[in-house]
Amino acid sequence: MSVPRYWRNMPKREKLESKKCEKCGHVDFPPRARCLKCGSDALIPYTLPDRGKLTSFTIVRSAPKGFEKMTPYVLGVVELIDRTLITVQITDVDPSDVAIGMPLESVFRKVCEDGDCGIIEYAIKFRPAV
Amino acid sequence: MLPLIDVCIAGWGSYIPLYRITVEEIAKVWGKSAKHFKDELLIDEKAIAGQDEDVSTIAVEAAKNALRRACISPKRLGAVFVGSESKPYAVKPTGTIVAEAIDATPRVLAADLEFACKAGTECLQCCTGLVGSGMIEYGMAIGADTAQGAPADALEFSAGCGGTALIVGQKKKTKDPVATLEGSVSYVTDTPDFWRRPKKEYPSHAEAFTGEPAYFTHTVSASKMLFEELSLKPSDFKHAVFHQPNGKFPIRAAKYLGFKREQIDAGLLVPSIGNLYSGSSITGFSAVLDVAKPGDRIFLVSFGSGAGSDAFSFTVDDGILAKRDLAPTVERYIERKKNVDYAIYAKYRRKIVV
Repeated sequence: MSVPRYWRNMPKREKLESKKCEKCGHVDFPPRARCLKCGSDALIPYTLPDRGKLTSFTIVRSAPKGFEKMTPYVLGVVELIDRTLITVQITDVDPSDVAIGMPLESVFRKVCEDGDCGIIEYAIKFRPAV
Repeated sequence: MLPLIDVCIAGWGSYIPLYRITVEEIAKVWGKSAKHFKDELLIDEKAIAGQDEDVSTIAVEAAKNALRRACISPKRLGAVFVGSESKPYAVKPTGTIVAEAIDATPRVLAADLEFACKAGTECLQCCTGLVGSGMIEYGMAIGADTAQGAPADALEFSAGCGGTALIVGQKKKTKDPVATLEGSVSYVTDTPDFWRRPKKEYPSHAEAFTGEPAYFTHTVSASKMLFEELSLKPSDFKHAVFHQPNGKFPIRAAKYLGFKREQIDAGLLVPSIGNLYSGSSITGFSAVLDVAKPGDRIFLVSFGSGAGSDAFSFTVDDGILAKRDLAPTVERYIERKKNVDYAIYAKYRRKIVV
């Protein structure tokens, strides 16, 4: 990811900042220009909650470029306590211990590095609640 | 040193990574005996950062825990200082990464400090100065490290990962102050006991020279200066926290100064997590705040190679009781652990060069 693109995405990647529809209350993540449920463009800033539960997951053993040394790792769909669904990496867990319904909490973690000289990218992941 | 305005700890929070490696596992690989490290240096295992962790992520989690306990908006922080000797970037502040992640930006002073293992309490001194002079309302002092120890070196058995954040506030303006600062001193000399040159992966040290002329001289001198300035003696304190490069040094320094073993037990964490370097003494302090009662007096003294010590005296306030359960305790993080073998440790700590 280019430095400007990473920088532009920091609010949603590092702080889960999104938008909530003022008309129907729906939350999209990542944020959209219009509500995906009712089409309204009356959106207000909204920060997603930091807790939820795992609703689906997959274990990545053949990773895309930049993530090869992290395998195996878990990608999951987390239903947050406000019912918003987000796709996110699950960390601090052995893939064999992952289970649907496990309570999770958000955590600020390193995602990847642009080699030895580039920037370090951070984002929110989820882990089993402490 | 005493600020113009009374300052207090408004919130505290720590973070210890999930993973551990025992001294037996390290000793096995290098054909050494674990007995020396377990029986004489009192280290059983050390905490190690996972593959997706570094000082920024450790500092952010500690900072979020401190904010939960301080019960303040991050926008009220006037300063975020991160003390570390394992910065993710050689040039680019960790302080800005942390300040942004906790939503304290943009009206905030952010900086990184380095003084070997003393950088965490240096941050505390800086925050005390800024808050105590009325320049800022709250300041955050963080000490965190993913400490380096060269393979097979004695340091590899102790160099751990973790950190703590303390939020310093003006006592009169802080709701439910946690502990009030009675005073502090700093004591430094040019003593080359431990160092890391630019572009070197691991630090070097002067073997036994790190003991008497470095750790003990600075720790004991700073402690005595503080006792003299505040007209206090070891028996006046309920708890005492020392920098913990191993278990032997703080116990010996405490005994020499006249502290009893029960005064240092609550803050002595090195047997189960290793030496957290910049996070060592303030994580011990955090563990003490997890159990302290209103009215207790707490002594804190750090040590950083190079060399110097900062010493502090705090008295615990009633507000500690309302805030304690708002974030995980140090003990909770220590209990939450997963032991790994040397191969996984080497992968996580980037000791395998590909």
